[in-house]
Amino acid sequence: MQALGLDVLFKGSNLLRLLGGLWKALEISLIAVALSLILGVLFGILMTFRNPVIRALSRIYLEIVRIMPQMVLLFLVFFGTTRVFGWDLNAEAASVIVFAFWGTAEMGDLVRGAVISVPKHQYESAFALGMTKSQTYFTIIIPQAIRQLIPLSINLITRMIKTTSLVMMIGVVEVLKVSQQIIEANRMTSPNAAFGIYLTVFVLYFIACWPFSILAKHLERKWSN
Amino acid sequence: MDWNVISKSIPLYWDAMLLTLKIGWIGVALATLIGLVSAVVIHFRIPVLSVIFKIYIEIFRNTPLLIQLFFLYFALPKIGIKISAEVCGWLGLGLLGGSYMSEAFRSGIEAIDIVQRESALSLGMTDFQVMIHVILPQALSYSTPAFVANIIFLLKETSVFSAISLMDLMFRAKDLIGLYYNTAEYLVLLVVFYLIILLPVSILGTVLERRLRYASFGT
Repeated sequence: MQALGLDVLFKGSNLLRLLGGLWKALEISLIAVALSLILGVLFGILMTFRNPVIRALSRIYLEIVRIMPQMVLLFLVFFGTTRVFGWDLNAEAASVIVFAFWGTAEMGDLVRGAVISVPKHQYESAFALGMTKSQTYFTIIIPQAIRQLIPLSINLITRMIKTTSLVMMIGVVEVLKVSQQIIEANRMTSPNAAFGIYLTVFVLYFIACWPFSILAKHLERKWSN
Repeated sequence: MDWNVISKSIPLYWDAMLLTLKIGWIGVALATLIGLVSAVVIHFRIPVLSVIFKIYIEIFRNTPLLIQLFFLYFALPKIGIKISAEVCGWLGLGLLGGSYMSEAFRSGIEAIDIVQRESALSLGMTDFQVMIHVILPQALSYSTPAFVANIIFLLKETSVFSAISLMDLMFRAKDLIGLYYNTAEYLVLLVVFYLIILLPVSILGTVLERRLRYASFGT
């Protein structure tokens, strides 16, 4: 235990502090996930419109999000907008804005893909049976689109949880920052703390994301036919 | 916007970009290699190896690169394994990317009709020949969209390298902002240089996707 630096975990409330830090990161990602799911569905429906202006704008938005690293977006919002517009934005709010901005684009693209993936003959057959437009959408198209959408959006959620580890770089005190504090504080008494603590953080993140991955894979397989 | 500041810092950003590109592309190459090997191993259900690769994929797909880098760079030295920051960078990127690439290639291999394999076998080809000459060429063109998306993802992920004190673009920008406080200029440069890195890949991906559709020919 001593050699691997795992003993530090059980000193004082270190383990609790680590979990508190993880919760901070999860909290940010969950708020961002909730926002992106709602806004993403709206954005996705917007993207299926044939209006050229809407199409071009949503395409540009999507490309920006696809190409710019999330770190750059975080820097732009946290350092850039605060300097240029002179407002006061705390790091957590900046993170939520960035991750919601990113998640909305990704979610929107998934929704668009799911709606488009429903073959044309499904619409045509429904109309041929005398269904109205809203009946077709609510009883034929949306249920099929959702089946394709849910596993993919669960994957997006795990990606968002993983990416929130970046917020440490703009000064949010989350699990990595807490780890650094614990390691620094115990430098003399247990010099190997870095190994034990970072291993624990690694495992904690795995535990936070793995169930989602399993669920997504399970649903994908269940609904694949 | 102070153009003087911008023109003066372009060389600094250029050097940082070269480092980002170097580590990024070594990482992508490593990821492709790991991805191909593990996809083939898992496809053939090679005992022991395929289980190891599956565990590896689950672990690296479900943890952030930042945490992996911290583990490689700060934790491993404590048990006597010292790796330089640069090696940590591309090794971390390669391991993370390998798990994503593996999934991409595997879905490509699985998309190939079993008839292809059976026909090739009946022509007297060995398992290895079938893989190299028949399955992989088709599977790779199926996997191209996911493959390119993964490359973009990996090149974007290089932005976390500054956390293990590699002098990449992020590091440079943060450093200069801290020194001179010309936030707007340095952030604009940051965006421009990331565009230089990523825009060509994104465009190439779109072109490739269009040209490689021949895999679905006749279906």
